[in-house]
Amino acid sequence: MKKFQGRVVTPGEVTAEAVVTKEGFNTLASLQMALQFGDKEVKCGDQSNTELYGKPLLGKALCLPQTIGSTTGGLVLYCACSMQKNPACMLFANHIDSLAAAGAVLADVWVDGVTMPVVDSLGDEFLNYVKDGMKITVKPDGVVEVE
Amino acid sequence: MILTKEQQAILDGEKGETLAKVMKTLVMYGDAFEAEKLVPITSKYNHLVTSFGLKVMAPVYDLMQQLLDAGVCSEQKFSVDPRPLDKNVPANILQNLVFNKFMYTKQSFYEDQLGKLGLMDKNAFTCTCYMDEVGNKPQKGDVLSWAESSAVVYANSVLGARCNRNSGIIDIMGSIVGYVPYFGLLTDEGRRATWVVKVKTTKKPEAQLLGSAIGMKVMEDVPYVVGLDKWIGNELNDSACAYLKDFGAATASNGAVGLYHIANLTPEAVELGESLIAEGAKEYIIDDAELERVQKNYPVIWKNPDAAPKLCFVGCPHLSLEQLKDWTLNLESELKKNGKNKVAVKTVFTAAPAVLEAFEKTEFAARLKATGVITSYICPLMYMNNPLCKKMPVITSSNKLRTYTSSRYYTDAEILTIITGGKN
Repeated sequence: MKKFQGRVVTPGEVTAEAVVTKEGFNTLASLQMALQFGDKEVKCGDQSNTELYGKPLLGKALCLPQTIGSTTGGLVLYCACSMQKNPACMLFANHIDSLAAAGAVLADVWVDGVTMPVVDSLGDEFLNYVKDGMKITVKPDGVVEVE
Repeated sequence: MILTKEQQAILDGEKGETLAKVMKTLVMYGDAFEAEKLVPITSKYNHLVTSFGLKVMAPVYDLMQQLLDAGVCSEQKFSVDPRPLDKNVPANILQNLVFNKFMYTKQSFYEDQLGKLGLMDKNAFTCTCYMDEVGNKPQKGDVLSWAESSAVVYANSVLGARCNRNSGIIDIMGSIVGYVPYFGLLTDEGRRATWVVKVKTTKKPEAQLLGSAIGMKVMEDVPYVVGLDKWIGNELNDSACAYLKDFGAATASNGAVGLYHIANLTPEAVELGESLIAEGAKEYIIDDAELERVQKNYPVIWKNPDAAPKLCFVGCPHLSLEQLKDWTLNLESELKKNGKNKVAVKTVFTAAPAVLEAFEKTEFAARLKATGVITSYICPLMYMNNPLCKKMPVITSSNKLRTYTSSRYYTDAEILTIITGGKN
């Protein structure tokens, strides 16, 4: 097991299986089709993201450098959380970007009964170490355990 | 974050629970970026990204309704992204069924909400709100709470306004309280370039291809582009602004660029020159081979890559008046060359309602109509979200549309050749 210390953006504690992308995560392109047509597993629909395309995201520990793309990104993430179609947590190697931060904060403030811990600044080493299927545990203080 | 007494009072709920939640959202959003304060919004109008009454976005409309029910509205009027539907745009019975019965069933309801929340005009639906004909054009130095990635990057880069890449919903929340967190592209430091991009092409680079290459390379960083003024000049005239509109949209959608500087052209680059470049900035050289490499690497996700295109969209982001005129002239010339009168592929040119209205008053409108091209105010991206449209072989010269949909990218020149029945 290896531990990484990050910064808590929205708090919470969760254990989930990792899905990993080293490319920017395009929130709109990844989630819109799955949300729109009720994909139960919320498979990634971004055909430009060769690491994630077609992989289920629901309930997973999404490990990524940052999000990219349309400024609907934050509200798409907010909708995913409202519909309980969100990843279990989002773990950013870099400092969080403004769209992901908006989505995380909107979900935290405006959605009752859903917690999606978000931790950022975990570093490149985190993203190089973590692989699909690894068990991830997020602690309330921003510690991320990978095993 | 240090708040003023007034801001703290709102956060503490003295003006109601809903407004307190709006303020809490903005404070938490700012805290994520170590913002030390909130600063006043100074633009006349806001611009929102959420224009579509998509059934699945019900949580957004519920939130908007919470704001309306609490009497928490924006004092700033706003424009909003393009409408998702237009009967002028070709669609078959099944596609229309999906549009009207499954996808955009909340459109009327949501437009009613937008009206109550402060829509500046019933036709203020466009991604290019900064066009003169639309009238939402911020001044240099204005602080904005805008969303819509292509509009934000244009406002920052070409107009010299200050705006972060805000998400939908955050955009209106800033406008409601009248403040935005001070971080990132609002600060002098955040506007410094961490990349120097050297354009060394042998011809004018395609705006949407150059923007794509830069976006994918620098992601959310600020590029300082050298050598582009050689091709688009040193004056922010209609032609240069249209180029930068398309270039910027590609940097923002293919990456996450919120601001770029073009040496000797954009306002801050003219004013501050290379002092805008941060120490240790990285370098990216773009030549003909690099642009060719980028274009060749776009995935073609049509079921049959050799299929004949059934529809073409030009105008994502929406076209300017000058672009509509230029396209008309180019189409006429190319059709004549190919011995044809009408386009060979159903083609839709999209622009803001106010731009289309202005275009209709020119002699070019009838000439464009004669070529068979349809004009529309639609958002092509919203059209392509229909899974039945997704299966169609659609072509476009928009790198933004390519990124988010199954449409296939071609340069403007290639599109012109294809739709006029020439060989590509």
